Amino acid sequence: MSTQSNEAGMVLLEVEFTGGLELLFSNQRKHKISLPGSDEKGQPATAAFLVRYLCENLMKDTRKEMFVMDGTVRPGILVLINDADWELEGGDLYELKENDNFFFISTLHGG
Amino acid sequence: MAPTLCELCKTTRALIVRPKNHQKLCKSCFISIFETEIHNTITSNSLFFPGERVAIGASGGKDSTVLASVLKTLNERHHYGLNLILLSIDEGIKGYRDDSLKTVKRNAKQYDMPLEIVGYDELYGWTMDQVVEQIGKKGNCTYCGVFRRQALDRGAARLDIKHVVTGHNADDTAETVMMNLLRGDLPRLARATSIVTASAASDIKRSKPLKYAYEKEIVYYALHKGLDYFTTECIYSPEAFRGSARTLIKNLEKVRPSAILDVVKSGEDMARLVPDEVSAAGQGGKDVLVVEGEAYRAGGCGSANGRSSGGEMADTERQLLESEKAQGNETEISHLGQKHDRNCKIPNRTLRKLPKQQMGKCVRCGYLSSQDICKACMLLEGLNKNRPKTQIQVSVDEEDNSSRLTRRMESLKIIPAEQM
Ligand SMILES: [Zn+2]
Ligand SMILES: [Zn+2]
Repeated sequence: MSTQSNEAGMVLLEVEFTGGLELLFSNQRKHKISLPGSDEKGQPATAAFLVRYLCENLMKDTRKEMFVMDGTVRPGILVLINDADWELEGGDLYELKENDNFFFISTLHGG
Repeated sequence: MAPTLCELCKTTRALIVRPKNHQKLCKSCFISIFETEIHNTITSNSLFFPGERVAIGASGGKDSTVLASVLKTLNERHHYGLNLILLSIDEGIKGYRDDSLKTVKRNAKQYDMPLEIVGYDELYGWTMDQVVEQIGKKGNCTYCGVFRRQALDRGAARLDIKHVVTGHNADDTAETVMMNLLRGDLPRLARATSIVTASAASDIKRSKPLKYAYEKEIVYYALHKGLDYFTTECIYSPEAFRGSARTLIKNLEKVRPSAILDVVKSGEDMARLVPDEVSAAGQGGKDVLVVEGEAYRAGGCGSANGRSSGGEMADTERQLLESEKAQGNETEISHLGQKHDRNCKIPNRTLRKLPKQQMGKCVRCGYLSSQDICKACMLLEGLNKNRPKTQIQVSVDEEDNSSRLTRRMESLKIIPAEQM
């Protein structure tokens, strides 16, 4: 169990999609979501877990490969955790904290 | 965990990792270094002269919006003395171009630049909506690309401007280098890597000040400067991100971020080894079907290098080619397959023919052309022949735009790297 989750064992996050990605998520940019503070194996929930969770629970669109490829975010999509490039925060391995902001932006659209 | 500090100022939280060297930077250091590098590109290539009037090919998308913003900033900061004008093309695509043009109109106000819009409608008597209504979605990118090439030149000519800058970035250049290498198209390799392209078909110079800027950093710049840009893909180019060379470049970047610039540099080095005669051959038939990169960055088809659909366009182009042959005019058809000849059936024998060409003027429209009749006029002839029949049909435009967008997204598929 992650120490970062609330009493109910859930983590509340703000997730935002832009650059065309919002089209895959019901054409809505901002989403408030609540997800388990620990993953399938009981480990603290990470950014990788969030991406899987979004794909399975928030994304109604069937073309999952538009968002995820080889188990992580598709190349060409930038991820910011609390305004910083997720590479600075450990990328996939970043452990989720209550009220984190995740910003996904596609670089693939438009000129 | 303490936040990572910026490697330059060492006081502010780092928000960006630069793909080319892994440098961790804060917002203001990043913005400043990004602008400085564009400035260095401009000065080391002597792209501009004081007092020059320059048209920015503006689509409302991220690249051209960042280009306009950076050029305005640098023009003021370094006293380039440029007269900057936004030049946009209205292809006539409801639900796509009319929306992105609104963005460009806002940009014109935000950057205090005049805006000139040239429409396919006024130039050719056809909007892309009407073209698609007539010929269907297959092959429409060919029409759009041919029309666009002329439209930017005509727009610039109308403004009496001799220099058009476009928002092509390092990812675009790397992608073009890859494609031309795979295709063995040396003339085009040389052209694609040069930052300035003057062509025999036009007295208007094109240049790419963002040529060394990573797409990732362009998006970061737009984001951190809070720039207003448009992100929807062209509704008639549903395969837009299918371009396999694009996927390849993005996968390379993931493994080793410096790869993009490495490919650009390698392309430049190889282009230098291309003998002049070969490059010159490529300079010949400039008005042949170019759905090419230099055209314009408008998102979608004819603009983003290689992001257009696979073999679909080849059909239309083969037809065009047939009509050319019928006229007894063998032209440089190696251009035809520029970004979509995976399925192209044109025999190699003809691909190798690169006759020297004289640029004349199209007898119909007066545009510079190696043929009596330019490509645009040839396409128009076909369209106009069938016009009366289609005008009584119900317009596609009456459909709800959002539903068309949705349908477009439904048909999108990405080719995984391993299948390429
Ligand atoms: Zn700094
Ligand atoms: Zn003509």
